[in-house]
Amino acid sequence: MLMARLLNHERGGWILLAVLGVLAVVVPVANLAVPPDSVFHVSTYTVTLLGKYLCYAMLAVALDLVWGYCGILSLGHGAFFALGGYAMGMYLMRQIGDRGVYGHPELPDFMVFLNWDALPWYWYGFDQFWFAMIMVALVPGLLAFVFGWLAFRSRVTGVYLSIMTQALTYALMLAFFRNEMGFGGNNGLTDFKDILGASLQADSTRAVLFVVSALALALAYLFCRLVVTSKLGRVMTAMRDAEDRTRFIGYRVERFQLAVFTASAVLAGIAGALYVPQVGIINPSEFQPLNSIELVVWVAVGGRGTLYGAALGAAVVNYAKTVLTGTLPEVWLFALGALFVLVTLVLPKGIVGLWRRRQQSRRDLAHA
Amino acid sequence: MRVRRLLPALRLLVVAPAFFCVSATAAFAAENAGVQAAVDALNTRSFDDKRAAATELAGIDDPRAAVVLEALLAGELFTERGSGRLVIATLVDEAAGPRAGYALRDAVTDEDLGETGRRGARRVTVNNALRRYLRGLVAGLRLRDEDANNRITAVRAVADAADPDLGPLLRERLAVETEGDVRDAIATALTVFDLDSPDEATRLAAIAASHGNLDGTVRMKLTALASDDADSGPVHSEAVRDAAKDALAAIERTVARFQTVETILFGLSLGSILVLAAIGLSITFGVMGVINMAHGELIMLGAYTTYVVQTLMPGALEYSIIVAIPAAFLVSGLVGIGIERGIIRFLYGRPLETLLATFGVSLILQQAVRSIFSPLNRAVATPQWMSGSWEIVTGLSFTYNRLYTLIFAGLVFVALLVILQRTRLGLEVRATMQNRSMARAMGIRSARVDALTFGLGAGIAGVAGVALSQLTNVGPNLGQGYIVDSFLVVVFGGVGNLWGTLVAGLSLGVVNKFLEPVTGAVVAKIVVLVFIILFIQKRPRGLFPQKGRAAEA
Repeated sequence: MLMARLLNHERGGWILLAVLGVLAVVVPVANLAVPPDSVFHVSTYTVTLLGKYLCYAMLAVALDLVWGYCGILSLGHGAFFALGGYAMGMYLMRQIGDRGVYGHPELPDFMVFLNWDALPWYWYGFDQFWFAMIMVALVPGLLAFVFGWLAFRSRVTGVYLSIMTQALTYALMLAFFRNEMGFGGNNGLTDFKDILGASLQADSTRAVLFVVSALALALAYLFCRLVVTSKLGRVMTAMRDAEDRTRFIGYRVERFQLAVFTASAVLAGIAGALYVPQVGIINPSEFQPLNSIELVVWVAVGGRGTLYGAALGAAVVNYAKTVLTGTLPEVWLFALGALFVLVTLVLPKGIVGLWRRRQQSRRDLAHA
Repeated sequence: MRVRRLLPALRLLVVAPAFFCVSATAAFAAENAGVQAAVDALNTRSFDDKRAAATELAGIDDPRAAVVLEALLAGELFTERGSGRLVIATLVDEAAGPRAGYALRDAVTDEDLGETGRRGARRVTVNNALRRYLRGLVAGLRLRDEDANNRITAVRAVADAADPDLGPLLRERLAVETEGDVRDAIATALTVFDLDSPDEATRLAAIAASHGNLDGTVRMKLTALASDDADSGPVHSEAVRDAAKDALAAIERTVARFQTVETILFGLSLGSILVLAAIGLSITFGVMGVINMAHGELIMLGAYTTYVVQTLMPGALEYSIIVAIPAAFLVSGLVGIGIERGIIRFLYGRPLETLLATFGVSLILQQAVRSIFSPLNRAVATPQWMSGSWEIVTGLSFTYNRLYTLIFAGLVFVALLVILQRTRLGLEVRATMQNRSMARAMGIRSARVDALTFGLGAGIAGVAGVALSQLTNVGPNLGQGYIVDSFLVVVFGGVGNLWGTLVAGLSLGVVNKFLEPVTGAVVAKIVVLVFIILFIQKRPRGLFPQKGRAAEA
């Protein structure tokens, strides 16, 4: 019942869920069960790469919720992603235990290296998985709540908000680069060993992480659909299209904006937490303003305001990035730059818009 | 302004050496004979005769006289065996000592006479009494040097030698000295002497005179005098100690005051860079409501233009930067007009899309520069007249490149004000900014105004790049570091308000520099960011918001 309501007239959504379902079954089987010399074997590298794309797609869906439906262009969503990643990274760091290079029973290597003799207070509790998972959602959510409360309350919107969010992620990047912050400085957190007792190097762990990522993306998509098809979704669209009118009708626009912004940040944090164990490192460069703005282009390429388009855009652009940086690293930034320009000038609705337009014209032809 | 200031200096540069050469040879010919006679008179066994000859030599106004006397003092004046003429001999090999022989030069003509064995020359001996006398003579000669800087060096040398015998010499010089800096140096040296004086009254007077004196030696002596610790030296009378403590406290206060002034100057210099970077942005944002994320890259293009201009005219480093200013304005301005005509004009009224498209442009420009020039930083040389620093008073100095940047930012600001307030273009720009459709109705071609405004903003970014090339490394990432900062300046100051941008840029620069020593550079940046986020709560439209209906659009 609920599924039918969520995905009513949403062919793209069905396709997305179907693709995710197939991937979640086929990829692990092809990786673990099919012998390595078979054509159908999927290497662990590919599994990790696809898992990474899924995390990016989830991040893109989160951004699309605020940008596509609320009209809030956040240029700092990479910061929430990275904060979630750091929370997960701190848990993984504590799991290393005394297997680090310096063999200290409690302190991570970089703290021993800095001659610290005790764990800083904000590292307490991260040896517990449940605590770390709460933090994955809480830290980005709290930051988004405080920042959003300050911003929306004084009606900072549009480009001003974009610039402020960019400044936010820039400031966090500067802060995390400092060794004194206690998050490993510019090396970040790495050399993870295992998660919940399972080795991160094992193929089976990777496959499980992949399945979890696919599941998380599907749930995130359904959650966002739930939001946008509800009454709240109607108000969001109204705010996006005519903020002042919505306010005059009597809605407390800033509260809705704050709620959606915070929810989106939590989703981004979860995506980051799934991302870190798969790539095996988290460092301050994730906070780079460029990362956040690249994320915006994924959504724009896929088609903003469609959710599944955002996931598609993330996959397409990142696949292009993997191919291009591997073969022609010089060309990648040119291509990315051109993508920004072309998408805004020629394809304002992205790939999904293109597809819909073709569908529409075919339907028109059939009627004619 | 710069050209006019530079020209006389250059003329002087060309003429001065020639003039100096001519006068020097003439003087040399006339006095050569006198110097030769006096020097020859040094070749005697009697110390009294040597003393007389040295006195006569010191009386001759000739640079060689000082050289010969110094050589005599240092034990480097020899008589050549055989010819018997006086030579200045230096060891051929310092480590081997006299066994390796000496390199000889004629004492009077400075002619190279080749090398000789250890027995080829005999030292002109001096005794202690003569040595002390010579020291005074040499110091006196140096104090009479034509170049004021050499005189200051001589005064410092006398002070460092801490030879109280030379005190009277300094007083003598003080009586005739006219150059202010030299007088100050002599006064400081005398203070140092008097601080050591056994007479308590002299000492107290010297302590009183050292109030506000920033010289390191004076401070050291005062610290010793103020100390009541018997281990570190003799304990002085209560009066001396208290006076010395007071004087030290006064000096500390002066140092603190100078540091404050210095911080303000540094802050203004940083602020002027922020203003330069932000002011172009303020115009495009204010007039067209366009967020130009490629602004930082336009700054970078300006910096690279400076580099190219410098490479193209390698012989004229002094001028290249002046050529680079209009060149950078043109390059960045044209690229800016290209961006406006090619991309932005299709996106008016859609600020978020404009932001994304211009960000794409910034990536393309960055990668283009990386491909053309290399990803490494390029070295942009600083012309002679911009290097060095301006010593305002002792202990307070300001580097010339920062000073010129400050002045330059001021000039650009004034030029922009004049353009906007006094020209036809400025009128049209302001009309479009206030009410686009009304301006169009009055016959203003708003599309043309948009292109020119964007070109103007971009050109100013290029000019900012010229200034930045003198202060930081020129690399493909140059612009990125400034884009966030300059947006903050614009937001803080109020969009489209030049005065707001000026005040915001300068104050942010000063605040940053005051925070830095307390919190460190990174935290200072973060504090400023947080401050601006909070500030926007109170005044969402910046320090100086635009008033009236135009602001609601």
